[in-house]
Amino acid sequence: MSDTNSEITVPAGSSVARPDRLQNPGFEPPHTRVTDESEKRMRGAERGISILFMLSGFMTVAATALYFIFPIVPGDLSSTRNNNMFVGLAIAAGLLFLGIGAVHWAKALMHGHEMVEERHPTRGDDATRARAVEIFQQANKESGWTRRKLLRNSLVGALVAIPIPAVAMFRDLAPANTPEEVLKHTIWKKGVRLTRDPNGVPIKASDVTIGSSFHVIPENLLELEEGYLNEKAKAAVLLMRLPQESLNESEDRKSWSYDGIVAYSKICTHVGCPVALYEQQTHHLLCPCHQSQFDVANHCAVIFGPAARALPQLPITVDDEGYLVAQSDFLEPVGPSYWERVR
Amino acid sequence: MPRSLNRQGRRHPLSSIVLIMVGLFVSGGAYAALTSTANASDATISATQIADGKALFAANCASCHGLVGEGTKAGPSVIGVGALSVEFQVGSGRMPMSGSGPQAEKKPVQFTQTEIDAMGAWVATLAPGPAVPDAATLTGGDVSNGAELFRINCAMCHNVAGAGGALTEGKWAPHLSDIDPVHVYAAMVTGPQNMPVFSDLYISEEEKNDIIAYLKFVDENPSVGGFDLGSLGPVSEGLFVWIFALGGLVAITVWLSAKSN
Repeated sequence: MSDTNSEITVPAGSSVARPDRLQNPGFEPPHTRVTDESEKRMRGAERGISILFMLSGFMTVAATALYFIFPIVPGDLSSTRNNNMFVGLAIAAGLLFLGIGAVHWAKALMHGHEMVEERHPTRGDDATRARAVEIFQQANKESGWTRRKLLRNSLVGALVAIPIPAVAMFRDLAPANTPEEVLKHTIWKKGVRLTRDPNGVPIKASDVTIGSSFHVIPENLLELEEGYLNEKAKAAVLLMRLPQESLNESEDRKSWSYDGIVAYSKICTHVGCPVALYEQQTHHLLCPCHQSQFDVANHCAVIFGPAARALPQLPITVDDEGYLVAQSDFLEPVGPSYWERVR
Repeated sequence: MPRSLNRQGRRHPLSSIVLIMVGLFVSGGAYAALTSTANASDATISATQIADGKALFAANCASCHGLVGEGTKAGPSVIGVGALSVEFQVGSGRMPMSGSGPQAEKKPVQFTQTEIDAMGAWVATLAPGPAVPDAATLTGGDVSNGAELFRINCAMCHNVAGAGGALTEGKWAPHLSDIDPVHVYAAMVTGPQNMPVFSDLYISEEEKNDIIAYLKFVDENPSVGGFDLGSLGPVSEGLFVWIFALGGLVAITVWLSAKSN
């Protein structure tokens, strides 16, 4: 570095003393406070601060008293309202008065002139440094760290091996297989009845009057031993009946509805919020999270908002007893996009 | 003295006519109310009530809904909507609409209860439709079951505390605090405007009663968590924290770094 620097020749007298260079401004002119000037004001501040501390103590006692004045009555949820509010306010006031008093003490009464505290140098002095080197060398000599190579390398090897079992253990926290299969399917299948959320009463096609919207779970959901919420989160369906003439169905999906009754996944294709704000006159479905809108009359096509795809339709029909049943599972994955999904 | 003279001078020349009109309405209304109680105790719908309803409908509703309720380009048919729809739409002040817009707004009720009942009676003669239930049957129910049904079926639009919420293109779901139970029931049965229908085949009469009980519970019991700030959820609460809590922190910081005077 010093070689390259010396190659640059600077003509003598070319350096410029810049007049606008920032000068060390030094300290501000000394600031005298009212408490410095007048003994009376100082006494006043002292009294004020002690009143703040006394108020703080009073509030702490008050918090304890309020806890008993507004007791939490078991079984009465509304009793927690006053208890929490008053106890909380009193504790907060107690801490606030304490803090304000302490800061005010420091600002108004403790000495107010500015001073500079120099930083300590981080480098140790030469004697300390020499001693440190000496300790290292002595340790090396006694242990034979550089001399006994086999010993040293086997120790390093053993240390490196220590975390290997953790890799095997933490690996099992992830699902064994790719979750793609789980994401692709719900528990809907051929012949599963559409039932009411939450009681699981099956729905007759004749129950669904025009303009109705039913919140639906599959009949087999309530039979599940475990995973109820996970399965419900995928299988939730909104059932709606529109006047047949206002449904605009494509040829290949004409058989998926029954007499104007259509069933769509309730899980938004954007980030998976439940889409259930159904407007029966406009046939629009609104997702409350990010305002995606779907047109139920046109296979739930996205008409506004960030959703990527139309809501998946559940093909339905009726069984011999007149109950609505699924023809199959959803024919595409429900809910938001995921890594492995093609579109 | 000069003050009262001044008032005298400011009185509009038409005020006496208005006063007479008001007087006529009050006496007519009182007369009608008295006769209607007699009718109600008989529990029959008289031919005169139906005739009154038809006349009222022709005068106030027919320009949009058609002379025999068949509907026009400006308004839907009312054939088969039943007396319950009339009770909800007119009894809550939504009908007659003051102008076209995304949604019929709630206004002060424009008719007396007798007139509303008369129009309902006439509309009910057009085709069978839901009738107005006895308010005494809508008094109580299971609050916790009502709350669960409300969360599943109603809360997405009306907010879990019934504070209402926005829908698409200028429409909204109204708040549900202090609503006449008959109107809550009517809204579920008839599905007014963009609200879906929740017929008795889906949510039974008993379950509707549970939902009404839940709404009453929410009205009567303050929020457990302290000030509810309109129960509008994270937006209003976040705004409150943003303005007052952050504002307070900024004020304290400024005070901390300021020199004592």
